[in-house]
Amino acid sequence: MVQVDAGTLFFAAIFTNNILLTNFLGLCPFLAISREVRSGLGLGAAVVFVMTCTAVLNYLVYYYVLVPLNLVHFRFILFIVIIAAFVQLVEMTIERYFPALYYVLGIFLPLITVNCAILGASLFLIIREYTLVQSLAYGAGSGIGWMIAIIAVGAIREKVQKSAKLPRGLEGPALTLIITGVMALAFIAFSGMIQIQ
Amino acid sequence: MAKPLKSSRIFVRGLWDDNPVLRQVLGICSTLAVTNLLVNTLVMNAGLIFTVTMSCLTVSLLRKYTPMRIRMMAQTLIIASYVIIVDICIAAYLPDISEALGPYVGLIITNCIVMGRCEAFARNNPPWPSFLDGLAMSLGYSAVLLTIALIREPLGFGTVLGFRIMPAGFTPWTIMIMAPGAFFTLGLLAWFLKAYFPQVTETNKER
Repeated sequence: MVQVDAGTLFFAAIFTNNILLTNFLGLCPFLAISREVRSGLGLGAAVVFVMTCTAVLNYLVYYYVLVPLNLVHFRFILFIVIIAAFVQLVEMTIERYFPALYYVLGIFLPLITVNCAILGASLFLIIREYTLVQSLAYGAGSGIGWMIAIIAVGAIREKVQKSAKLPRGLEGPALTLIITGVMALAFIAFSGMIQIQ
Repeated sequence: MAKPLKSSRIFVRGLWDDNPVLRQVLGICSTLAVTNLLVNTLVMNAGLIFTVTMSCLTVSLLRKYTPMRIRMMAQTLIIASYVIIVDICIAAYLPDISEALGPYVGLIITNCIVMGRCEAFARNNPPWPSFLDGLAMSLGYSAVLLTIALIREPLGFGTVLGFRIMPAGFTPWTIMIMAPGAFFTLGLLAWFLKAYFPQVTETNKER
C-alpha cells in the first residue's frame, strides 16, 4: 500500500474516507440520535474519545499479544472486550461529572459498545497495516468525521422538522437516510484531494 | 412477551410486520456496505443468518444461567464466537469474497440486529421460539438487503451476479455503486413501505 503520513491520514479519515458516509459504519446510533444537534454533539464527543483510545489499544494488543501468540482469529473477541471496558469507563465518567448529558444520552451510551464504527476502525487499521502513529491519526480522524456527520445531519433534521411539511411516510428514518445520502454525495467532492486506500 | 407466540406468527413478524431493516431500521451498518454486488450480499447474509440464529438459540439456552448484570457481555462473547466461525469458513472456502468483504464480516458482531434480538426476545423465551425468531428476523433482513443489491448492481454495473443484463448502450450509474446510492435506495424503500403499508402500532422502541 501507499505510505501516507499521519497528518494526511487524519484529514483523509475525516473527509474523503468518512467512516459513516463511505463505509456505512455506526449507522444505528446515528439514526436514533441525530434528531438534534445537542445530543449528537455529546455522543459524537464520546465516540471520538473511545475511538481514538481503542484504536491505539487494539493496535498494541494485536501486534504485541495476538500476533506473537498466533491467535489473530481471536481478534474479534479481544477487540470487543477492550471496547466494552472502555465504554463502561466513559459511561461512568459522564454519569459522575455531567449528569445532564447522561440524562440526554440515556440508553444510547451502552450502544457505543455495539457501534460498528468503533470496531470497524480497529479492524480497518489491521487490514490496512497502519503503524501506531497512523492508527492514532486514523482513529481520531474517523471519530471526528463521524461527529461532523452526525452534527450536520442533526442540524438539517432540526430545520426540516420545524419548517417543512413532509409527505406521508417520509418522516423518521427514511428522511434521515436520504439526507445522509445527499451528505455523502457532498463528501464525495472531497475525494479528489487525497486518496488513501 | 407474556404468552408464547405461535411459530407462524413469529415468522410473519420477522419477515414483514417488524422487519428489522424497514420497520425498525436496525443493523444496516455492517451489511449495507456490501450491497453493491449481489454475490457479496448473499455470502454476507448467509453469515448473518447463521450468526443471528445460533446466537439467539445459545442465549436462550443459557438464559437461566446468565446473571442479569453481565448478560450483555455474555451475549457479546457468544455472538463473537459464532462470527469467528463464519469468518474462518469464508476465508477458507471463498478467499476472493473474503478479501472483498474485508472487515465487514467481523462487523456482524456489532450488528444491532443480533444483539437486539438476543436482548428483546431470546433472553426471555424458550429455545425453539428464539431459534425461529432469529431465523425469521435474519431472513427478513436478508430479503431487504438482497432487494437493495438487486437494485444497485444492475444500475451500477449493468450486471446481476456478474451476468450482463442491461442493453449494450446502457451507461452504468456510478453513483449507485458508491455510498450515496445505498443511502438513497434504502431511504426510498423505507419511505415507500411506510407510506403504503402503514404500521398498526408504532411501538418499536426496542432498539
